Amino acid sequence: MPDPAPIDPAAAHEIASHKHDRPLVSCAWDPLGKFVLFGSEDSAVHRLGIDGMAAAAFTGAHDSWVRALGFSPDGRFCFSGGYDGRLCQWTLDGEPAPPLRALQAHDGWLRAIAVSPDGTKLATSGNDKLVKLWTIVDGLIAETPTAIGTGHESHVYEVAWKPDGSGLASCDLKGNVKEWSPAGALVRDVGKAEALWKYDEGFRADIGGARAIAFRADGAQLAVGGITAVTNAFAGVGHPGVSVLEWGDGKLATLLEPKEKQQGVCWGIAWHPQGIWVQVAGGGSGGWLRFFKAGEANEFHAVKLPANGRSLALSPDKSKVAVALADGHLKIFSLLPKPA
Amino acid sequence: MPSNTNPACGSADHALSRRALLGGMAAAAATGLVRRPALAKSVQGSGKRVLQIFLHGGVSQLETWDPKPGTATGGPFRAIPTSVPGLHISELLPHTALQMHRLGLIRSMTNASDDHGRGQREIFSGRNQPAPLDIPDLGAVVAKTCMPDDFPLPGHVLIRGAGGGPGNASYLGPRYAGVIMEDAKPPAFTDRPEGLSPEADRRRSGLRSRFNDRFASRRRTADTEAYTFSYGQALDLLDQRKVFDVSLESARDQERYGKHEFGRHCLMARRLLEHGVSFVQVNHSNYDTHFENFDFHIEQLGEFDQPFATLVSDLAARGLLEDTLVCVMSEFGRTPRINAGYGRDHWGKSWSVLLGGAGIQPGAVIGATSADGTEVTDRPVDHGHVFHTILQGVGVDSTADFHIGGSDFPIADPAKEPIREMLA
Repeated sequence: MPDPAPIDPAAAHEIASHKHDRPLVSCAWDPLGKFVLFGSEDSAVHRLGIDGMAAAAFTGAHDSWVRALGFSPDGRFCFSGGYDGRLCQWTLDGEPAPPLRALQAHDGWLRAIAVSPDGTKLATSGNDKLVKLWTIVDGLIAETPTAIGTGHESHVYEVAWKPDGSGLASCDLKGNVKEWSPAGALVRDVGKAEALWKYDEGFRADIGGARAIAFRADGAQLAVGGITAVTNAFAGVGHPGVSVLEWGDGKLATLLEPKEKQQGVCWGIAWHPQGIWVQVAGGGSGGWLRFFKAGEANEFHAVKLPANGRSLALSPDKSKVAVALADGHLKIFSLLPKPA
Repeated sequence: MPSNTNPACGSADHALSRRALLGGMAAAAATGLVRRPALAKSVQGSGKRVLQIFLHGGVSQLETWDPKPGTATGGPFRAIPTSVPGLHISELLPHTALQMHRLGLIRSMTNASDDHGRGQREIFSGRNQPAPLDIPDLGAVVAKTCMPDDFPLPGHVLIRGAGGGPGNASYLGPRYAGVIMEDAKPPAFTDRPEGLSPEADRRRSGLRSRFNDRFASRRRTADTEAYTFSYGQALDLLDQRKVFDVSLESARDQERYGKHEFGRHCLMARRLLEHGVSFVQVNHSNYDTHFENFDFHIEQLGEFDQPFATLVSDLAARGLLEDTLVCVMSEFGRTPRINAGYGRDHWGKSWSVLLGGAGIQPGAVIGATSADGTEVTDRPVDHGHVFHTILQGVGVDSTADFHIGGSDFPIADPAKEPIREMLA
């Protein structure tokens, strides 16, 4: 893929919008840039054609919300994971057809999917505290996992492959980050995103967890997003925070927080090769799309969204960003400078 | 001091002021320790008990007893079958689902309450908007009507980590006020000081009694009676301290109930019920999930489900369930509408309560809500009806009065009545 065109976040502007009848919970952009998938507070996987925003739905396999989405690198297939614990594989293009695979992958919520860069493996994680590795054979997910990773002591919220495919990161409710080999073996405890978890003594409950995860393109840093500085767990009073950890020693490099200390949760984080972390958040201060320069704690630009942001995906050419919103909208913003 | 504040919302109604509490206690002391009405005598000593599990903050009916999977309001959880054919509850309660043949559901609770303080006062007292401390809580009424005169333990025990009401006895007097157990430990200050032998302690108490009797022979008042009772109760507690010690239970039982706070509290509840305590409340905090309702209900109900189901099963196995009425309730339910923070807010319009055991029709399901759970469509009832039903379940004529200090006090709201089809 050619180098991405230079972006200008200060010029970010909406170029397309689709309204669904339920609040959205997830979104992902296919590798060929033809479709955006989204999940919502229903049991379907929804597909939007970028050219014309035609909507279609993959139904009949999930019976809970679909939070996890992924694609084969060639764009032929998409994968979905639901709060029903199921992992499904679908043919992406054409008239929606029944799933090619529908597997009961986790006991309890399946929270995250990550497809390896070479497309031969797929990792999942969930509320059963497991990280599972699935081989993709002849284009299809194997019916049983090739590795089941134990070691997390709380729900595993996110997984992500290193960009070179040499390993896998996972992060749980309490912010613990682990590294797994490409074969699914536990390699090490990387560190802890301390800022993203607390046990609220007043409410007798945990608050936190990784709601978003992304590697920097060179694999040297891992960004884990969630809520930080929580003062009232059950009202969600806290800031959207992103712990950027050094992958080598697991130490905190930067804690990304909004300059104006708005309330909310980081629900999406992505690395833009221009040296920018792109974040979407939602909460008491509404929805925001924020742009942080690498190494800086506060954003250099923010775009107010019409509703809470719940997921984010950069387009394959890195020129656009899709955001899934709590009001049912899927919006696409161009990050390119506006034409003169 | 116990508090019914709820920091998630911070409304002024959550706070029960210390002045009000102390004033109420004084008033209660002045009128307490009166002759029992003949009404209660018929129930006293029958061995009837009430176990109240209070899910503090307002548990979601949609994530527990009245799931609506697949709807816009239903959330991400599925419904699972139970031991009652045709009855489904949330998948978050797999252990409780296997006990539903011993329990019954009310799915048509409706009232105007969406405030924690008001909701707690109403569900604990069975009255509409009672002023703080004016009306005794259910625990005090059960203790008053079911506890034998010579019972050596408190008849009204509140086991809690955080939250919950004060166990108000109001005009029934301090003997029936809630005694609070923190963290599954025996009541504070019930250890005899190391340097004091049992014999020295007995002689010391005897001397105090003689002074007290001499004083009372000339200046006996309701206040001095209350003080005398408090001393007596404290001495009884010293003797009965082991009743409250969960560590004396077998390692296997401690494992079955779970090592976390609610598990230990349920095991303590079993001990107290086995020893005949008339009213035991176990408070589980917190369910005030304005934010991330689903994640929090996974965590909280994950704590609740197995210990609660184990307790119900154990009570049945030990023959105690037929004499123990079990109720699981909150101050209200939660909004069917899911807010933008994946939360549910306060909702009194359509919610659920679980009852079971003594006097309750096993497997009963009373009332219904609309497909999206936003309104009651059949058999609307409220806290007043539930209060009557619980008392009737343990054999108390809830339509009668307490006769105290020359005045009559209705045991339950005269404008309400029991849910008769819920009663066995």
